Amino acid sequence: MDIYLPIAEVSLDVFLLLGLGAAVGFLSGVFGVGGGFLLTPLLIFIGVPPTVAVASSANQLVGASVSGVLAHWRRGNVDFKMGYVLLVGGLAGSLLGVWIFTLLKRLGQVELTISIGYVLLLGALGFLMMIESVRALLRTHRPGAARRRLHQHTWMHGLPLKARFRRSRLYISALLPIGIGFVVGIFSAILGIGGGFVMVPAMIYMLGMPTGVVPGTSLLQIIFVAANVTLLQAFTNHTVDAVLALVLLAGGVIGAQIGSRFGTHLRGEQLRFLLALMVLAVAAKLAFDMTVPPDDLYSIAREKG
Amino acid sequence: MTRVLFLLLLMLAWGPPVRAEGLVADLTSHLIAITTGFTGAAVVLFGATDGPGDVVVAVRGPDREFTVRRKSRVAGIWVNTKEMTFVRVPSFYAVAGSRPIGEILPPATAAFYRLGVENLKLETDMSAPPAAVGAFRDALERKQRQAGLFVSRLGKVDFLGERLFRATISFPANVPTGTYLVEVLLVRDKDVVSGQTTPLVVSKVGVDAAVSEFSVRQPGFYGAIAVLTAMVAGWLASLPLRGA
Repeated sequence: MDIYLPIAEVSLDVFLLLGLGAAVGFLSGVFGVGGGFLLTPLLIFIGVPPTVAVASSANQLVGASVSGVLAHWRRGNVDFKMGYVLLVGGLAGSLLGVWIFTLLKRLGQVELTISIGYVLLLGALGFLMMIESVRALLRTHRPGAARRRLHQHTWMHGLPLKARFRRSRLYISALLPIGIGFVVGIFSAILGIGGGFVMVPAMIYMLGMPTGVVPGTSLLQIIFVAANVTLLQAFTNHTVDAVLALVLLAGGVIGAQIGSRFGTHLRGEQLRFLLALMVLAVAAKLAFDMTVPPDDLYSIAREKG
Repeated sequence: MTRVLFLLLLMLAWGPPVRAEGLVADLTSHLIAITTGFTGAAVVLFGATDGPGDVVVAVRGPDREFTVRRKSRVAGIWVNTKEMTFVRVPSFYAVAGSRPIGEILPPATAAFYRLGVENLKLETDMSAPPAAVGAFRDALERKQRQAGLFVSRLGKVDFLGERLFRATISFPANVPTGTYLVEVLLVRDKDVVSGQTTPLVVSKVGVDAAVSEFSVRQPGFYGAIAVLTAMVAGWLASLPLRGA
């Protein structure tokens, strides 16, 4: 059954869109990443114009994240204080990111920058996470082996503006989450994503948050970043397809609910291993796509009007 | 509303179909309405001639600007290195004849009336060497054909007896919106002796039209509603599972 999308101006199969939404929603429920980095390329692949795909997946992220946060919140797995502190940095970072994006667009090759950015970012993150989670997995299989120290003091703990984050059982400088939010905000604006897959590892490894609290807190932050992107895109480019977003959402919220249930049954290091695997797979795919000779050297773009 | 007015104005401007010498034709409908379930549409063109001859039908969508980009390899990576912008390119083009156009018209005449995809004038926005333009022009033509938007044969013009003819014009689901011109030409002795042009409007109607118009007229409001709807949908979806 086909449905006509008024902004994208294409007809697509409703069940294909629902399935796509459900699959991405499942991932977001399990890992607390928004899934925008998977959804956007997939939408482009099935024929949605790239600009509409970017803007509409941001719109669907808003709904999927709300649903995810509610599910985690009921289990007490959201650190609201941490979420809002991250958000302060995130909004500031996305402003700078939008400025950088405009600059890149003027210089040309913004698409290439995005691809290379994804590959470097995902590749480095995935690699680090993979090493860490494999170590953790091996450690748990050897009973009696030395446990990791609960708390390691580094230069980061000497920063001013210390605050207590009760749910995360942390007493750290607020500058740390603000800084992380800021960097993630820049990436979100340039790469057109919620930034969950950057945020999640940063929360685990840099802030030292307990893995259980991470997905819910990350999703809380994504709600606002995605809402911001949706508003900006709707206002400047008229590319938000609300019909597309709602259909994706219908599938997505169900997937997210199932995902968040599934996620609670996995151990932290298993979760991190799977996330690392997924991040590396996307990076490898993008890197491969850049070097493989394209089927068609030419591409066309219809200007709006 | 404005679309309907625009359509009415167009009808006034063009006709009641002006009775051209030797040929009269009209469409079963002058509006293709794109609704939520739209998967393409077909319109029947019918008419009569005043005697024997061949009929050629050309359907031209509103002009748009297209940018064609070419990739090449830079340090192992495929990068868009060259681009060319074509202006006034018909967003849809299809042609049909009672016989293949090559048989009823000499190439020069077909080119003069711009009949056939190969005779479309695809102009670039700046003066580029013809040799360089050629490959880009071919790529544009090929891409449009693949998308089903340039159609060399949209079926046949069928004659019912000697003077009555009809043809079915079909449009794919990805048909661009706007005002189309349907040109009907009567050909005798390898020359065009008569012609008539009829407008056809492809437009979104109902909810889809409302959504797309709203998104352009009140972008901030539209964005806010899109965000709120998504939030409410997310909240609603989490309700049934609460008790579980």
